[in-house]
Parts: sequence; C-alpha cells; structure tokens
Amino acid sequence: MTSSDNHDMLLTMRGLRIEGQSDDEWSEIVKGVDIDLHRGEVLGLIGESGAGKSTIGLAAMGYARPGCKISGGEIIFDGINLLEISEDERRKLRGVRIAYVAQSAAASFNPAHRLIEQFTEGPVEHGVSNRATAESDAKTLYGKLLLPDPDNIGYRYPHQVSGGQLQRAMTAMAMACRPDLIIFDEPTTALDVTTQIEVLATIKNIVEEFNTAAIYITHDLAVVAQMADRIKVLRFGETVEEADTRTIMSHPTEDYTKTLWAVRSFKKESEGVAKSVKPLVSVKNVTAAYGDVPVLHEVSFDIYRGKTVAVVGESGSGKSTTARVITGLLPPREGAVYVNESKLPGDYRRRSKDQLRHAQMIYQMADTAVNPRHRIRDIIGRPVAFYLGLSGNQLEQRIRDLLSMIELEPDVYIDRYPGELSGGQKQRICIARALAAEPEFIICDEVTSALDQIVAEGILKLLDRLQRELDLAYMFITHDLATVRAISDEVVVMLEGRIVEQGPREEMFKPPHHKYTDLLLSSVPEMDPDWLDELMAQRQREGVMESASSS
Amino acid sequence: MTDNKDTLGQTADAVAPPPPRKRRLSDTLKALRKAPLSAKFGLVVIVFYVVMAIFAPVLTPFGESEIVSNEYEPWGVEVAHETAGGGSETVTLMLGTDNLGRDMLTRLLYGARNTIGIALLTTCLAFLLGGVGGILAATLGGWPDQILSRIIDVLMAIPALIFALLLLTIFGTSVTTLVLVIAVLDSTRVFRLARAVSLNVVVMDFIEAARLRGEGLGWITLREILPNIMPPLVAEFGLRFCFVFLTIASLSFLGLGLQPPTADWGSMVRDNATLITYGDITPLLPAAAIALLTVGVNFVVDWFLHKTSGLRDDQ
Amino acid sequence: MLIAQRLALGFLVLFVVSLIIAAGVDALPGDLCQEMQGQGATVETLKACREEIGLDKSLPVRYVEWLGGMLKGDFGTSLANGREISELIGTRLQNTFFLAILAALISVPLALVLGVLAALYRNGIYDRAVNVVTLSSISFPEFFIAYILILFFSVNLGWFPSLSNISPEMSIAEKAYKSLLPALTLTLVVVAHMMRMTRASIINLLASPYIEMATLKGMTRRRIIVKHALPNAWAPIVNVVVLNLAYLIVGVVIVEVVFVYPGLGELMVDSVRKRDIPVVQACATIFAATYILLNMTADILSIITNPRMLHPK
Repeated sequence: MTSSDNHDMLLTMRGLRIEGQSDDEWSEIVKGVDIDLHRGEVLGLIGESGAGKSTIGLAAMGYARPGCKISGGEIIFDGINLLEISEDERRKLRGVRIAYVAQSAAASFNPAHRLIEQFTEGPVEHGVSNRATAESDAKTLYGKLLLPDPDNIGYRYPHQVSGGQLQRAMTAMAMACRPDLIIFDEPTTALDVTTQIEVLATIKNIVEEFNTAAIYITHDLAVVAQMADRIKVLRFGETVEEADTRTIMSHPTEDYTKTLWAVRSFKKESEGVAKSVKPLVSVKNVTAAYGDVPVLHEVSFDIYRGKTVAVVGESGSGKSTTARVITGLLPPREGAVYVNESKLPGDYRRRSKDQLRHAQMIYQMADTAVNPRHRIRDIIGRPVAFYLGLSGNQLEQRIRDLLSMIELEPDVYIDRYPGELSGGQKQRICIARALAAEPEFIICDEVTSALDQIVAEGILKLLDRLQRELDLAYMFITHDLATVRAISDEVVVMLEGRIVEQGPREEMFKPPHHKYTDLLLSSVPEMDPDWLDELMAQRQREGVMESASSS
Repeated sequence: MTDNKDTLGQTADAVAPPPPRKRRLSDTLKALRKAPLSAKFGLVVIVFYVVMAIFAPVLTPFGESEIVSNEYEPWGVEVAHETAGGGSETVTLMLGTDNLGRDMLTRLLYGARNTIGIALLTTCLAFLLGGVGGILAATLGGWPDQILSRIIDVLMAIPALIFALLLLTIFGTSVTTLVLVIAVLDSTRVFRLARAVSLNVVVMDFIEAARLRGEGLGWITLREILPNIMPPLVAEFGLRFCFVFLTIASLSFLGLGLQPPTADWGSMVRDNATLITYGDITPLLPAAAIALLTVGVNFVVDWFLHKTSGLRDDQ
Repeated sequence: MLIAQRLALGFLVLFVVSLIIAAGVDALPGDLCQEMQGQGATVETLKACREEIGLDKSLPVRYVEWLGGMLKGDFGTSLANGREISELIGTRLQNTFFLAILAALISVPLALVLGVLAALYRNGIYDRAVNVVTLSSISFPEFFIAYILILFFSVNLGWFPSLSNISPEMSIAEKAYKSLLPALTLTLVVVAHMMRMTRASIINLLASPYIEMATLKGMTRRRIIVKHALPNAWAPIVNVVVLNLAYLIVGVVIVEVVFVYPGLGELMVDSVRKRDIPVVQACATIFAATYILLNMTADILSIITNPRMLHPK
C-alpha cells in the first residue's frame, strides 16, 4: 500500500477535516482522514450512520453539501489540488473524471427528462462526445449493465422504470465520460436482496472492465467485501482501521472492527417444537385485501409459547400485512386468527381488553413508535395503568422494574423524553412498553433493520433473554436472513402474499428449497470476498439470472 | 456469546445520548435572547398593545365616545375637562379630535380594546370549531372525514370576504353576527391545517399502538395527537389572528363591521379619511396601529415557525 | 383523466356555491318584500310584491329560474332603484377586470423575479431584507397602503388623481393612468404573497437530489437552473400565479372603495349597505365563479405541467 509510484496514485487525501452546521453552530464531522487510492482500485468505506462516509465520498469530488464545509487538509486528484483550484475548474472535473452514483436513483434522476437525455448531457456538455455518439454509447452501456431492452429503455422517463433498473441506469450515466474515479454512495441500500445482488454484480463487472477506480460507500460489510480491494473502517469521522479486503476480513486488528465482524455471529439456542404442544397463536387460511386488491392468499401458520417464528420476504410479500391481520387492523376476508384455540374477532375494535393485551407489537421505527411529547414514565406507565390498573407507588415501582429489565438505569431515564435517547434506547423503550402489558405474544416488525449492527445485536440478545425469562412467543417479521438465522425457531417464507415454504430453522437453511427460497437465501451477501463471483458463475450455469431479472 | 460482548453492545448502544432537557423556563429565556431583532420588536409591540387595551380607561380621562371639542381639531390643542371630583382641568389633546369632535387618542386606545378583543374572540371560536373538526376528521377517517372535508372544500371555494359580505347582508351587521360569520369562515382554514398536521401524526406508529392498546377517542386526540400538533397550531393562531383582525378592520372600514359609536380602528380611518386630501396624516394613525400589530405578530410567528421547524431538523 | 375529474369537481362546486348563495336569501328573518317595504307594508302590497318577484313559488322552482336567468345574463332587478342588475353590472365588471389585469401585469413578473432571486441568494442580505419587507406588507391592511399611496403620489406629489373615476369613453391609456394607484396598491399586497410562495417552491426544488446530481455531473449553474430546475418549477409557479390572481379578484373590493373606482366591488359594498339583496347575490355569484374557475385552472395547469402526469407509465 505504500507505493511511491506517483503515476499510479489517483487520489490522495491528507488530514481531511469537514465541518457541519446545526443550529448556527459548526462542529467537526470528519476529523482528519487520510485516503490513498490507486488507479483501477476499489476502496470500500464502511461505517455506521454518522461515521462521515458519504461526506468523505463527496469531498473526493471537491464538493461539500449545503451546511457543510471542508475546513482543513488537502485533496489531490491526479496531481490537482481540488481545494486550490477554482469552482469552475472543479466543475469541469466532475462528471468527466470523477462521477457519482447516489443512493436513491429514483430521486436523483430529474423527473422531467428521459434517461438517455440525462446520460448524454454529461458527455455533450463537457465536450467529450457528440449527442449521437453518446446515445449509441448509452445503449452499449445499458446492455453491459444487463438492462432489459437496452436500445429503447433510455427513452423512458425515470418514473417509468423500476428501482433496480434505475440504479443500473445511474451507473451507466456515471460511466458516460469514462471517468477515472466513481463514488458509489450506498447504491444498493434501498433495494431488495434479490435485486441488490444483480446490481452489485453488474457494477462490479463494469468497474473491472473499464478499470475504473471507485470509492464504494456502504454500511453493509458483506457487500463491501464483494466490491472492494481495500477496506477502510470509519467511526465518528475518524479512521479506525484500513487494510486490503482479505486481510481485514480474516484478521481485523482493532476492537471496533472485530465487534462489527462479530455481530453476525449471535445465534440463539433452538430446541425445536415438540409437536404435542398446542399452538399459542394460529393463523388459519387467512385471505385479506386492501379494497379490491388482494394481498394475502390462504396464509396459515402456528406460533408456539416461548418460540419465535420468523416471517421472511421482500417488500410487497405480505409479511407486514399478516401482522396487521393478527393485530386486527386489517380484518381478513376469509379465515381467522386463533389464540389459545379461541377465535379472535377480525377487527381490533371488537376485541376485549384482555385479547388486546396479550398481543403486543414492536415497530421498525422506534422514532415514530413512541410519542415524542410523552416522558418515558408515561410511555411505559400507560399500559400498566390501562390494563393492570396500577397507580401511585405500585405503578412507579413497576415502571422502574421494566426499565431495569431492558437494561436502562431507571433513575437516569424515567423522566426523559424520547428525543433525549439514542435509537437503540428508544427501541428498548418500545420493548418495555410491550412488556408492560404482560403479554404472551409479541409481534416484532423489522425491529432491528433501522439500527446500526452493534445496536441491533444488543436488541436481539435482549429479546432472546426476555423470551427465555418470560416464556414469550415472538413473530419476527424481517427481510434480513442474518436476523432469521440468529433468532428464529421456525421460518415462514412469503412471496406475493403467499407462503412458499415453512418449517424449523435448521431445515430451512438446508437444501432442498423451494425455488424462491433458494434465490432469497443465495442472494444474501456473505463475508467471503469470492462469494459474489462464485455465485454469479453458478447462476450463469443454472440460468437463474434471467428468470430473476425478468421479475 | 460471552458476556464482554454484551457489555460492548451496551456501550455502543449508549453512545452519545443527547443531554437531558434542561428546565423549560430558562430554555425559553435563552431562546428569547437569541431571537432576531424582528421577533424582539414584534414581542415588544404585542406587549405594548395588550397593556394599552387592558388599561385604556386608566390611560385617558375621557369616555369612549365623549365629545370633547370641535371636529377635526389639530394635534396638541388644549381643552378644559371636568374631573371626577367636579373640578376642572386642562387636558392637551395630543392627536386632536375626530369628525365628531371626540378625542383621537382616547378613540385609539378604546379601539385597541374593541378591535383586538373581538378579533381574539373570533379567532378562539374559529380554532375551537376548526381545530376540533380537523383533529376528529383526521383521527376518525372514513366517511366522517369525507363529509367534513367536502363541506369545507365548498365553503373555501367562496372567497371569504365575499362570503362575509353576503352573510352580513342577510343577517345584518351586529357584533354577534360579525363574530359568528368570520369565525365560521375562518374555521375552514383552521380545519384544513389541523386535519393536515393531525394526519401526519395519525399515521405514526404510536397512534396505532394506542389504538391497539384499546384507547378511546378522547385519549388519542387529546393526549397523543394534540401535544404533537401544538407548534403549528400556535403559529397558525398568530396568522389567523392577523387575518381575522384585518378582515374585521376591513369590514369596519367598509362600514359593515363594528357599528358606531363603538371606537374601532377600521371605521376611524373611514370617518376621517377626508383629512388625507389635506395632507393630514391623522386618519392614517389607526391604520398604522393595525399594521404595526399585524407586523409584530407576523414577525413573532415567523421566528416561532423557524425555531420549531429548526428543532425538528435536529431530531 | 385527472383533468376531467378536476373539471367535474369545479363545476360541482360552482353548482353547490350557487345553491348556497341562492338559498341564503331564504335565511332572512322576514322575506325580501318585507325587507323592501319595511314598516309601510300591508298584506296586499306584500302579496303583490311576492307574486311579482316570484316568492310565492317553491324554493327549487325559484332556484332553477334564478340560475337560468344568471346563465342568460339576466340577474333580476335591484331593490334599491328598480333597475336591471345586468345593466348596473355591465361596465363595472369590465372595469374590475381591467383593474385586476393591470395589477397582474405589474405584479406577476415582479413577484416571480423577486422570488426567484430571493431563492437563489437564500439567507443573504437581500433575502433577509425581502423577507422583512414582504412580511410587513402582508400585514398591512389594503386601505392603509392605499391611503399612503394617495398621501404621497396624489396629495404631496400630485402625480396621480386620488379618485379613479374612469368612464367608458376614456382611452385605455387614460384609464390606465387613472387606475394606476389602485393597481399599485393591489400589486403591493399581492407581490408579497406571490413572492414568498415563489421563493418557497424554488427553494424546495433546489433541495432535490436531482439538482445535487446535476451539480455532481459538473453542469454549470446556469444549465442547472434552466434545464434541471425550470422544467420542474412550472407546476408550482403556475399554481402560485393563478392562486394570487384569484386573490386579486377579491382584494379588489376594498381598493375600489378607497379610490371610488366604479367596479363590481364598490357596487357590492354599496349594495350590502343598502341591503339590496339581489345585487349582492349577483355580485357574490360573479366573484365566487371567477375565484372558483381560477382555482380550477391552477389545479389543471399544475397537473398538465407535472412531468409525471405528462408521461404516464
């Protein structure tokens, strides 16, 4: 990594400092970061939210978002100091020699222009090419990125194209001037796993084909392992560790890096369900619809006391709708939900207080799941007072017990507002609120997907401990198979409102699978840097790719 | 899974929690000190008006519609005035007299009382009607929302001033009709806003959680929704007050608002308007009084909106 | 499809509003004839009067007749002087539109330019100054602005007349000259609103990720504004303009009274004072219809100018 060959060095950052403004005060969000990037090399920037990785990525283009400013250090791109040249000179580099691929392609394409117009704009305006040449080049690149109908797709408007296709079209656009460097800012974060893998594969191919250097920004370790030659771990605007991918994956040196690597290793003890036990909750032949649009078809599964059922699927698979049917927010058209073998009314408004109490819910976004204007005391205390009728000292004591149970110090937190807690703490409050009702059964709707990995790990462990202590049944809704592997006893796989496969966890992670389960399972990125290449080769042989991209 | 992992998870979880909220009073004072000049100016103006309105009878020796001299006396003229004790004193009429020989300053002070009082009453009524309606429509959804919203759509399709003129023709121009008509017309805007901001809150998961807990409508609207929509509602109250205030002043100016001999800024402008053609600015004073107050309120609301939306950005 | 929906809705609202205006009269404590004849009314004269203006017929019949009359331009007769209302309204309506158009011609370009500038130089001194000035001018009652203009431009400087007594024989230029002060008053009121709305929608637009993307593609500032911001700005801008035109139509009422401008607003206020209900009804209907049609136009234009609507999936 200490190559002294200057011709080989594309980008050098020394002591980069960036300040951000909030409430009229400036504070440092990037605190002296160094970056060395060689031609044709892919550097992965990884870190949790607030690590400053996007800000650094944009700084590589000499750009700071409104409300941010580059306050120190130097950025040398191919011998040019980006901070010393004029804005107009920087502008002439952008799009031509350094290009950018944004996280949300849907928002980053101008809705008023066709895709191909936005493609050709760069080369034409920068005088790299003329319109006709650029258009035919666009079609070539669309083809290389495996977009369907590459000769015509460019003439569509952004809102006429799907998310995964847009992301590939944006990569093509970034390639338009054949830049030396592309910044990929979480390009696949907003996509489903099966779509993500295709986008990853095409991005990887094209970057290799043109020998373009890239900075790949993500919070997903397994993704970066596939894409990057070298990985830099960031935290709070500082470098934690940097090494080439294989080294850092197998032998991380810093503690923080090790914890990042370790979070995926949590796995609860699963004993399997004794078949003689009666289920606590039974979903039987449920068919449901929003208005005239059917969303669930003949869904049936059981949840046992003290056990966790993970419901897995991509967006639109009906997994959250299933939860809405169980809670009574969406009464089913046919079928019903049974608790302890007695049928629940379809509409929550017709359920008794006790029926409501026994099915509690924890949400994905803890931010919106607690009332920001209520104190922790009121948030947790309300179900206690409402269901159990406690008041005064008994109520106070119960709230404190609950706070201790979720590992938050009662004296410190009881009178705070949610805004004064971190994301993980808020999620713990939501768990406490669910426990306050003393339920038998809790629905967890993507409870960890909005959290950073370490925090998510803490939440999973807490839920596991509580399950063992209180003999709770969980229904765990998630799109993340790592979470499924960690916490489930049984797995239900959903696709387009139907259950495609269900069974105990150990069986589900062993072949043979239903075709879709197979696709889903194999699409989850693994830490092995060779995984993507091997999988793509395998899929090519089996022809899975075509069937997937047509969906 | 060893225990040291668990503690690591804990520390990461507890990373940089925001500091606990300090006492609200000192926060408010601090915010006030940091407020821009325009907002401070607005606050001073509002306080000044409120004092004037409350203490009007103490601040002037004359009655609201007492004739003290000849009409259209210039500024600074001196008149004899009977004191409460039966004696006589000389009083300087700083702003002269109006078209009927009443003291302009006295009329201005009482005008503050009447105009602000009625505008405040009307705004409160409008908020009661529109606020309750809007929050209920958002919370209940379904057909109650549909019906209420369609009624409001139609009412809002007619320009308010025109509608007010029509209704005042039909029902006559008494204070009660004035307040009712303007309150009802203005409540449509409050309804729209209250419904819109409530809808933003109603889709939040904590409302769903409250519903699934089995909470009643009262708890959901008053305890869950209301505290979250207070900032926009308070700001809107300021804006609506200005609007109502201007509407009443305009109607009075047209001779359709508060009826004589009640002192009122709008009609004072109209009654003395002829003076302007002689270059005398006296009739502009009540108009300026109206303008100053609405400017003041607007400045404060602008700052408040900036402040609350800024706070939201932080989170 | 959406446009058809919006059209249908607009006409439905028009219909309902006409119903409200027509039915309002029935909310009178007595009826029109009692109102007209006051203390001197006898049973016979009341009966005769009711037959004459059709009050003996049922409400729906009267409504249909009234609406039919309106559509044909027959608004009935004035209670105050017995003249045909259409006669009273004719030239006044033209005058009012003349004033509104004059004000719009000054205010729309002014507001758009000022608003876009404020958005482009956001948080600069210009922006802050403009914010204070517009906030103030929104807060001023129309008659305050009107009298200040009179004080300066007609009393002190003597440039313009304080009364806008225009008549149909005058040339357009002369009319415009006499209507300039009322038009300026309206402009001052409307520009503030329009400018603030323009500024807000442009700022909103410039914060879009696709504008950042264009910056990161190395496009010039000029091209970003013209090619990337502008095509998406039409919808909000058109909306702002038309909404404020609707506002102009209403704002006209007070300005006309101050300047004794022979327009529809002045007639309406005059008739409200005399409680001349048929005239008020007719004026209210015209104002409301114009307002509703303009709002409908605003919605339809913003549907048309939205690229997502232009190129459906």
